[in-house]
Amino acid sequence: MSTTITGARAGFGRGLIELRLAFSGAELVGQVFWPVATLVAIFLVRDVSIGAGYTLDTFILPGTLGMFVALGMLLVVQQLAADREDGSLLRAKITPQGIPAYLIGKLVQISATIVAYLAIVLLPGLVFVDGLDLGRPGSWLTFAWVVVLGLIATQTIGAALGSLVSSSRGAGYLSLPILGLIAISGIFAPITALPEWLAWIAQVFPVYWLGLGMRSALLPDAAAAVEIGGSWRPVETAMVLGAWVVAGIVLAPIVLRRMARKESGSRVAERRERALQRVG
Amino acid sequence: MSVRDRPVIEVEALRMQYGTDEVLRDVSFEVNRGEVLALLGPNGAGKTTTIEILEGLRMRSAGRVAVLGVDPAHADEVWRARVGIVLQSWRDHAKWRVRELIEYQGSLYAPYSTEHRPRPWDVDALLAAVGLSAHSDMMLKSLSGGQRRRLDVAIGLVGCPELVFFDEPTAGLDPRARRDFHELVRLIAQEFDTTILMTTHDLAEAEQLAHRIVILTQGRIIADGTSPELARQIVGEDQVSWVFSGERFTRDVPDATAFARELLLQHHTGISELEIRRASLEDTYLALVQAAESADVRANERELEGTPR
Repeated sequence: MSTTITGARAGFGRGLIELRLAFSGAELVGQVFWPVATLVAIFLVRDVSIGAGYTLDTFILPGTLGMFVALGMLLVVQQLAADREDGSLLRAKITPQGIPAYLIGKLVQISATIVAYLAIVLLPGLVFVDGLDLGRPGSWLTFAWVVVLGLIATQTIGAALGSLVSSSRGAGYLSLPILGLIAISGIFAPITALPEWLAWIAQVFPVYWLGLGMRSALLPDAAAAVEIGGSWRPVETAMVLGAWVVAGIVLAPIVLRRMARKESGSRVAERRERALQRVG
Repeated sequence: MSVRDRPVIEVEALRMQYGTDEVLRDVSFEVNRGEVLALLGPNGAGKTTTIEILEGLRMRSAGRVAVLGVDPAHADEVWRARVGIVLQSWRDHAKWRVRELIEYQGSLYAPYSTEHRPRPWDVDALLAAVGLSAHSDMMLKSLSGGQRRRLDVAIGLVGCPELVFFDEPTAGLDPRARRDFHELVRLIAQEFDTTILMTTHDLAEAEQLAHRIVILTQGRIIADGTSPELARQIVGEDQVSWVFSGERFTRDVPDATAFARELLLQHHTGISELEIRRASLEDTYLALVQAAESADVRANERELEGTPR
């Protein structure tokens, strides 16, 4: 038992170190770029009317928050690929409790990174975006549970997916369908505007539900009129996100263990060789 | 046999096959407690495969392996905590600072501390032992090759392992860094009751550091013993040359002294310039390396011919 606690504590410390590294020096610019660009986009559409007295920025802001939570999946996939390539994961594997500590570190670092993204978009947004309704007692509560379920679901699934691709290039390919999924998930336009079959596909994955959950937290109830069934569907949101959480928590350790079992010094060297050949 | 007396590493009839390619064929050896053993052989002999199987990083095709009494293929975290691994070349955690990474790695060993082996090693003492005290706040990516290798050794040792694996520890190091590393290995072996298995393709290094040398070539062990024992085992023939009636003769023979006596008895006169050259371990090893390399070249040529351009 004490080894598990030590592993968890070490993993938490690891996450804080990674977090500091992720936001220091030149990295900071890359980190801040997307949330700031999103904020600017939201600001630019603040006068575009979408009817019923609402402007486009009011609709988009909550959705982009959901999108950034979902992007945790992509971050895990990319970082896992990089850590396999440079041997950081192998280092974790040959250390007692190294893999659990590594994963906890990732979860802490990426969750904190995403919360920072959310703050960059939401805090200025609260000032200039009209029509948000955060005064209700349930608003922040809904915000909190959707974010927490979303972070766990997307990152555990990301860890499982990341274990299946063996290189940064593979991780790059994997980002295409994820970006495509964001495009059909009703983040930037109501999902009811999409063909019905596409909307069905979107509703299988967490991205749509994250956007919906965020809108239900930040928008007044009347805005639910443009959603499917004219409702925020909180029960369905909790069920779909919860199912993904369960799937991720069950699958990620299995797939990761399988992947880690194959890691060795010569495999890391092989991958490095291949990576160099691609550059040359 | 008590647990204490049991060899730290036992390898019996180990085989490894990749497809039809036999990398290890029937490898058997043991390493005793407190011993420094060098697994010596040319590139491609199967050294890294062997050590990765012992480290529990690779599944074997056949054979029996026990490391600290446990099959490394099914080892648990307690076993992990007792084993230190230093791989050929690390470049992980490039942006971490030296002290940060050693402290993090060390913290994971704390629950495995025992009365006889307190874990982890004190960070300052460890940094001093590997000569990195002055660099403890540097980022890993700004360390020189030699410094980086010393850090890798420090991380391999931070859990106070009972057994340490070094895979080609001095490859790519300059002579100075190499000597520092050798001193470090002697220190760990003597002071900390640590068993060491290292691979190297450098005979001089193996002779300097190891109590015992196992020579592996083309997936087979061809010699196992101390360096003088090895010389007797594999150094076959001495070279005898002489001049008889103005003509020079050369002959490779197993027992040069007996051959010379016979030669002088047969030809009472007429022999001049009798010379005996004792083959050295180095000559024999170089011949082995050469044979392995030319086999390698042939294999490569076959491969190239088979590949459509």
